[in-house]
Amino acid sequence: MADITLRALRKSYGGNEVVKGVDLSVPARSFLVILGPSGCGKSTLLRMIAGLEEITSGELTIGGERMNDKEPRERHCAMVFQNYALYPHMTVARNIAYPLEVAGVPRALRERRVRETAASVGLADYLERKPGQLSGGQRQRVAMARAMIREPRVFLFDEPLSNLDATLRVQMRLELRRLHQRLGVTSVLVTHDQTEAMTMADLLVVMNGGRIEQAGTPLEVYGRPASRFVASFIGTPPMNLVEAEIAPSGRLHTELGPLPIAVERIASGPVLLGVRPEHVLLATGPDNADLELPLELVEELGATRILHARLDGRGFAVATAPGLPFPPGATLLLRLDPSQLHLFGRADGRRIDAGLVRIGEQVPVAPTEAVAVPFR
Amino acid sequence: MDKRAWFRNTPLALALAAPQLLLVLLFFYWPSGAALYWAFTLEQPWGGGNVFVGLENFRTIFGDPLYWNSVGRSVVFALASTLLAMTLGMLLALAVDRRLKGHAGFRWALIWPYAIAAPAAGLAFRFLLSPEAGMIAYLNHSFPGLWNPIVNGWQAMLLIILAYSWKYVAYNFLFLLAGLQSIPKSVIEAAAMDGARPLRRMWDLQLPLLTPTIFFLLVVNLTDSFVDSFGIVDLTTEGGPNKATELLVYKIYFDGFKGLDYSGAAAQSIILMILVIALTFIQFRFVERRIHYS
Repeated sequence: MADITLRALRKSYGGNEVVKGVDLSVPARSFLVILGPSGCGKSTLLRMIAGLEEITSGELTIGGERMNDKEPRERHCAMVFQNYALYPHMTVARNIAYPLEVAGVPRALRERRVRETAASVGLADYLERKPGQLSGGQRQRVAMARAMIREPRVFLFDEPLSNLDATLRVQMRLELRRLHQRLGVTSVLVTHDQTEAMTMADLLVVMNGGRIEQAGTPLEVYGRPASRFVASFIGTPPMNLVEAEIAPSGRLHTELGPLPIAVERIASGPVLLGVRPEHVLLATGPDNADLELPLELVEELGATRILHARLDGRGFAVATAPGLPFPPGATLLLRLDPSQLHLFGRADGRRIDAGLVRIGEQVPVAPTEAVAVPFR
Repeated sequence: MDKRAWFRNTPLALALAAPQLLLVLLFFYWPSGAALYWAFTLEQPWGGGNVFVGLENFRTIFGDPLYWNSVGRSVVFALASTLLAMTLGMLLALAVDRRLKGHAGFRWALIWPYAIAAPAAGLAFRFLLSPEAGMIAYLNHSFPGLWNPIVNGWQAMLLIILAYSWKYVAYNFLFLLAGLQSIPKSVIEAAAMDGARPLRRMWDLQLPLLTPTIFFLLVVNLTDSFVDSFGIVDLTTEGGPNKATELLVYKIYFDGFKGLDYSGAAAQSIILMILVIALTFIQFRFVERRIHYS
């Protein structure tokens, strides 16, 4: 159990910088998830922690000890690879035992530990098989067992679930969390799947273009996205973003017309107005509607339904409870809750913290139609 | 699923295959057939008829101590050159795979020896290792009689082994490097994370995963060292001194074209062919079983 700190960590290949100065501190026993689109440098960052990529500059410490120039074997990290990287010519038992074999653990002890570890991940009956004879989920477990058996200080996971089918992925997600609760080993997991990130992380880091966009608990990141990128990357469907201007009076003018909503404590200028689909309310009538949009199509998810409206060639999604019939082509009357709106600078995309209030009337709208969208 | 594509145009297929078939017919089946015929007859040295003698030619060959000498020399040559060429090829491939200093240059330079004809390579080594000139002359000056393959049998053998292996190191290197690079990088990285050092990873992972390539090269190297060594021997030692380097294929040439014993030479080439076929069969039968194909 060790904490990890990254100070101004950078990585370049030739003149091409892929990790552009990352500062991060991971408390011992926590589960960090690094989320980002492909090519954002998240896997490189993980491999730098593992010791498989050299650190160009900056400092990495594990358990307070500087690790920049240590070999992978001296860092006491175990890693689970995306393709599992099992040794194809060895049996499951020998695959799991390999870290101990290399460390020179006596055979009898080794065999006992292999049996225990294999049993704990449900592989007891497969010890004599070769990896080629196992299913994807079983291979994943072998990779897990091989990582667990050395009792490492840190677990590193490089997109470990992305080669599994959907059902197995959900199941392994839970198993990984259980494992983390049971062993309490500091874990770092890299993924491009926001559901995986939200469900597994104690600490969630969103990366983009070699930099950290935001770090925080999953709910912080979801509830107060620090940038336009985070806002549109997390959430299914993603946050609706509408171009708007703050008038000198403080009133918000969107591309769809003026809203009866004012912004306090902020200078006028161009912004992006963001609202999550589940925070858009259905108005009870034309009198209290803020937006009127034509309905294009409806997605039924069972627990919720997503109404997709058209807005100048882009989509505008609204999540509601199932039940009410909405014929295509109908006009959606929508109402916005000022406390659930987000503002981002149009030029830099950063979050703007400002107070938003409804101008004039303070009558709360009926929130009955709004429903939180669970993550798929 | 049937992966083969079928075409009904038989004349076109035959026309396309014809050049290759013609070459094989002309340069393999015809000479082999002729050799088979001669092996069972007694051919006159200057032509003009022959007599059928049954197995007499083979009886003579197997009763000849010089032939058994040649078999022994060939086996020594085959084993030593295969071992040398494969070991060196492997070491170089591992170095290039690990991207040790100079790997790009190695890779480029190592391809060429295989493109050089055996006689040219033989000639080059004859000069490089000649006792009276170049660097060896300095050695012989300091230590008189240290190196002279012209009078010393085992030195002559060493000379042809070196010259022959030099060519095949390149060949083996290419295949082994391709094999090493087809091992998933993450498997090697996983072993590094598991605490294995480079030598350990080589022993536990790279070598076992390379066995299909190694086996293929073993078959090719052994086979070729029996049948492809003529050029080197002819240009360096001509089988001498005192038949110390008279390999089977060289003896066939020597008995046939120098001794004008066509029938004996033909019988020997039949034996050599059977030997090579048997050798390959044995390797597939007994060695291939231990191989892991992933």
